[in-house]
Amino acid sequence: MAEKNSGNGMSLERIQQIREFSLIGFIVVLSIFVQFRNSNFLTMTNLDDLLTNTAILSILAVGMMMVIITRGIDLSIGATLALSGMLTSMLVSVYPALHPLAALFIGTLIGFISGSIIGLLVARFKILPIIATLGMMNVFRGITFLISGGKWVSAYQMSDSFKAISTGSIFGINNLIVIAVLIYIVFYYFINYTRTGRKIYAVGSSPQSAKVSGINVTKITWLVYSIMGSLAGLSGVLWVSKFASAQSNTAAGYELNVIAACVIGGISIAGGEGKVAGLLSGVLLYGILENALPMINISPFWQNAIQGAVILIAVVVGALIKRKTGSSNKIRRED
Amino acid sequence: MGKNLENDLTFNREIKAEQEFNLKDFFLQWEWLLLLIFIAIHIMNSQLSPYYLNTYTLLDATMTFLDKAFIALSMTFVIIFGDIDISVGSTVALSSVIMAVLYNAGLSMPLAITACLLVGITAGFINGILIVKFKELSAVIVTLSTMILYRGIAYIILEDQAAGGFPMWFNFLGWGYIKNIIPVILIVFAIAAVIFYLLLHKTTFGRKIYAIGNNDVASLFSGIKVDKIKLIVFTLNGFMAALAALFLTSKMGSTRPNIASGYELDVIAMVVLGGVSTSGGKGKMIGVLLSIFIIGYLRYGLGLVNIPSQVILIIIGALLILSVLVSNLLYGNKSE
Repeated sequence: MAEKNSGNGMSLERIQQIREFSLIGFIVVLSIFVQFRNSNFLTMTNLDDLLTNTAILSILAVGMMMVIITRGIDLSIGATLALSGMLTSMLVSVYPALHPLAALFIGTLIGFISGSIIGLLVARFKILPIIATLGMMNVFRGITFLISGGKWVSAYQMSDSFKAISTGSIFGINNLIVIAVLIYIVFYYFINYTRTGRKIYAVGSSPQSAKVSGINVTKITWLVYSIMGSLAGLSGVLWVSKFASAQSNTAAGYELNVIAACVIGGISIAGGEGKVAGLLSGVLLYGILENALPMINISPFWQNAIQGAVILIAVVVGALIKRKTGSSNKIRRED
Repeated sequence: MGKNLENDLTFNREIKAEQEFNLKDFFLQWEWLLLLIFIAIHIMNSQLSPYYLNTYTLLDATMTFLDKAFIALSMTFVIIFGDIDISVGSTVALSSVIMAVLYNAGLSMPLAITACLLVGITAGFINGILIVKFKELSAVIVTLSTMILYRGIAYIILEDQAAGGFPMWFNFLGWGYIKNIIPVILIVFAIAAVIFYLLLHKTTFGRKIYAIGNNDVASLFSGIKVDKIKLIVFTLNGFMAALAALFLTSKMGSTRPNIASGYELDVIAMVVLGGVSTSGGKGKMIGVLLSIFIIGYLRYGLGLVNIPSQVILIIIGALLILSVLVSNLLYGNKSE
């Protein structure tokens, strides 16, 4: 196995290069196509809109990427996001003087707690990620509903400073974009240049070997879900501040968008593989699709199906590319 | 010679001891636990409402949950493989929407029903063929994308409209009684349950499903056509989803693209609470049947005292996790 892997070192690099180039190529072609259909697409205001709207998705995608690298999946993030958004906005409606940074911190903390519960279930009690997160998704959603009593927190109940978290800007760039960029820098460093970050890949490539080589698999797995939860909690505050309304069904089903962006970005669902650069192009493509489809007059009712088809095509094409370069020998069998 | 005999005797004694131990184990089985919970839920419900404990209510209540229970039967097979199918809710929606649209376009009802079942079979077949042909993709990601895709197609067809106006006799599926007391859906479900029980526990097909769940590579080498059986089971799951769609649509009287959302949670909860291990190879049909009625009556009872559906969601979600947690703690986890 070791021999094979070292032999595949080159081709693995190549696959990822092919993948990223074809993604970027596709993004360029798509942009040109949309630009011809609607000349408002490539304007500064629209691009600013596009990036602002994709910021929350991109933040969540970083967390999901780490979860998927460890062979997991997290379906609960939409619910975590709603819970954290609801709690912080209710807090703000009671204490309008709450500092925005404190609100962000509290939201992240709520997310961290939710995520660490899931992490505990998956890492310590060995519950399949899909079962644990499917169950907790409903628990979090239900709690959000119970706490809010089914009522919304609306714009007039939120302080201006709270709403400014997502609408304000630094040097003319929207805060959301700034926060997303900061998070990408931090996690780019974390994933690529810290021991813990590299261990995440080790756990994903082979949990058994990781364990044998002295990595605390339980701890890393727990950490990954806790980070995911924290990012979802942070996103909850950003989301609620951006849309100036918190509801118990906020971001329902949003986890699917995040998973889609990851899969398009080349994060292998089999674990151990995926890069921040790839993820970024996946998120960008997804953001462009969401932004461009309404601009070229595609009915919103088509979006679900297009989304599903895009994920399916992305994973199938990814699998086929890997087969062509002959590196998916780990799982594949001859028929 | 004598030594040999002695060895044999101790050996026999060991076997005997093992059997006795098994007998004790017999009462420690998951299914007995479920039976206790089942009884406890009826006691709780009858405390909650004085109108609960009579034949009519108990039989009528089955109408509220048996539609998704059809999917739980085939989902049991899928989970015994160690796989999962979260596209079932969307399959229900898609087949129901297509049936309604075809009927409204002038097709006769029996033909529309056939179309509904065909759509379910096709949806399941697509899942199966993707999972079998692309082994490097897990069932999670395949059914996740088809879950979005199928519901997306339902939205394309019907947008935000509802479709209905089915003939009167179609209501009979969801609302009809035999001899004025036994719901039609209960009888159909009983037949399906017997078929699935026999299929899983009394046929080679069922034994092969367990074998694949325990070790699919070994199964392949021992001559089991793993791909073919997986394909059949996923197709069957789609078919059962379409069957559930028939009963659900009949009960609702009309259909919308967003029906049956969240069904996958209920169905998976039913199967997992029934003692089917998510790491594959373990679980019995009896357990699943018990847990179908546990979750069904639990929901019904909580509904009787006006507990909001969101709270019921919390309970179902927690139940799902708890049941996996307890079975992992009791029986250990194979995947480790």
